[in-house]
Amino acid sequence: MEVLMSLVVGILFTIGTYLILTKSFLRIIIGTALLSHGAHLLLLTMAGLKRGAAPLLGQNAQYYTDPLPQALILTAIVISFGVTSFFLVLAYRAYKELGTDDMDKLRGSDNYE
Amino acid sequence: MNNLVVLPLLIPLITGIILILFNKNVTIQKWISGFSAVILVSVNFYLLNQVYHQGIQTLKLGGWQPPFGIILVADLLAILLVLTTSVVSIACLFFAFHSLDEDREKFYFYPFFQFLITGVSGAFLTGDIFNLFVFFEVMLISSYILIVLGGSKVQLRESVKYILVNIVSSVLFVTAVAYLYAVTGTLNMADLSVRIAEVDQGPLLTVIAIFFLIVFGLKGALFPLFFWLPGSYAAPPAVVSAIFGALLTKVGIYSVFRTFSTIFYHHPEVTHQLMVVLGAITMLLGVIGAVSHWDVKKIIVYNVITAVGFIIFGIGSLSTTSYAGAIYYLLHDMTIKAALFLLIGALIAVAGTSNLKQMSGVIKYHPVLGWMFFTAALALVGVPPLSGFIGKFLLIKGGIESGHYWVVAVMLITSLLVLYSIMKIFLHGFYGKIETPKLTRTPVGLLYPCAFLLAISIGLGLGAEYVYPYVLEAAESLMDPAIYIDAVLKE
Repeated sequence: MEVLMSLVVGILFTIGTYLILTKSFLRIIIGTALLSHGAHLLLLTMAGLKRGAAPLLGQNAQYYTDPLPQALILTAIVISFGVTSFFLVLAYRAYKELGTDDMDKLRGSDNYE
Repeated sequence: MNNLVVLPLLIPLITGIILILFNKNVTIQKWISGFSAVILVSVNFYLLNQVYHQGIQTLKLGGWQPPFGIILVADLLAILLVLTTSVVSIACLFFAFHSLDEDREKFYFYPFFQFLITGVSGAFLTGDIFNLFVFFEVMLISSYILIVLGGSKVQLRESVKYILVNIVSSVLFVTAVAYLYAVTGTLNMADLSVRIAEVDQGPLLTVIAIFFLIVFGLKGALFPLFFWLPGSYAAPPAVVSAIFGALLTKVGIYSVFRTFSTIFYHHPEVTHQLMVVLGAITMLLGVIGAVSHWDVKKIIVYNVITAVGFIIFGIGSLSTTSYAGAIYYLLHDMTIKAALFLLIGALIAVAGTSNLKQMSGVIKYHPVLGWMFFTAALALVGVPPLSGFIGKFLLIKGGIESGHYWVVAVMLITSLLVLYSIMKIFLHGFYGKIETPKLTRTPVGLLYPCAFLLAISIGLGLGAEYVYPYVLEAAESLMDPAIYIDAVLKE
């Protein structure tokens, strides 16, 4: 199971990297979203995917799955949500003000503005 | 257990929350944030003396025993940096009072300033590697807003790149934590150190260590990873550049310090050697950038990269002398970079341009500004009575002791070029015929914060006798991870 998940994570990272290297803003943001999906799945996978009950004491099971990575992922998800929404709004504003979504045209130069 | 350890986080956090309520009333915002900054400095000063006299102070949040709960650890290095952060932030705050336009102030500049301080202090104090990630994000999200606040075209353009780079580095951070958790099964730094010492850091752990070096190198602008810094630090207003240049990269450096002195110290021939080489290249390339530019802000921005190279080299040399040098240089650099950015901000404000070719003779009308800049420039380079000297001297001594002669040579050449790059501003901007088109009167309010930071810098140089024992003890306790582990795990 871990091998399969590692492959999936690898594919997510590949596509995310590919999208980040493209020119268009929106593709870059989709790329960052895919990268964070990859990272969260990796956290889940690396903690081990052994069988066990959901981490609820009411289940009275003999074995439970590891609760720590789930808490870590939950934290990482909300953080990346916040950052992604900010990034989307920024992309919208930058498109309005600068009139382009092509990263090649957003090169910095020494003379400001 | 010491409940005071949480105050460096709690004071700016609560202040920031209160400030949100008064976003339309700028006067109240200024009073509250100024008042809380003063309290923060005094609390941090008290904590520093407590740590120095009574040893490492810890706070187990929620009363859980260390490997299981989150712990805040105030050792000497952390508390020295927290104190410097609060001192720098008070100067930046007073500079902001006089330099920002009302639109920025009404749109939550001061709350996000406080949240940034919360993130930075938290990153210095935490003893848990995932908690470090969270504080990084607190700091970064505030910095995203501060960099784009105002929404000019250049800010929008540069902040897109800044945010993209930091999102990628945060994803890498999570990935690195996932690998580390898979190998060791713990997230507490002291517990990590114990467990890695038990298995003697195999090749897999060395790979993870280098992974962490990449992540923190992206935050701290180390050689192949500093490409994002020059553009994004030059875009926002001077006061924001000052906070960024003084605090943000230093958090990355502190994380390198912490992870590579406490956790991954078993194979220095791989990891620390890499840091020495990267540090040498960083200092050289940074200063080449500084020499090549004619924009005053860009010159200072590239000098930030040079300083990162010096400190990373000090960490890589792995001896008490070079550690003490790196810590001393870190403290000096936080103060002097903030001072230089603020002085440059004042210079741009009076000259009306940031292009060196369009300004000259500023010193005729603004002698105080000119001579303050001259002093700051000498302190940056490391002329003996000022603060930069002792750190650089110790770094060079440590470098010679550990046999890195070529890096010491690079360092001395770099210092010479730093002097050239900064004197270029002085000779072309302040001296010469009066041709600057717009010379407004001296903004006195902008000069007080710079004078305050310069006084601290001179104090760090002349009062080395009083500061050095703190730095030396911090360096000694970093050389012996057992002190940190004992303070966290056995209490």
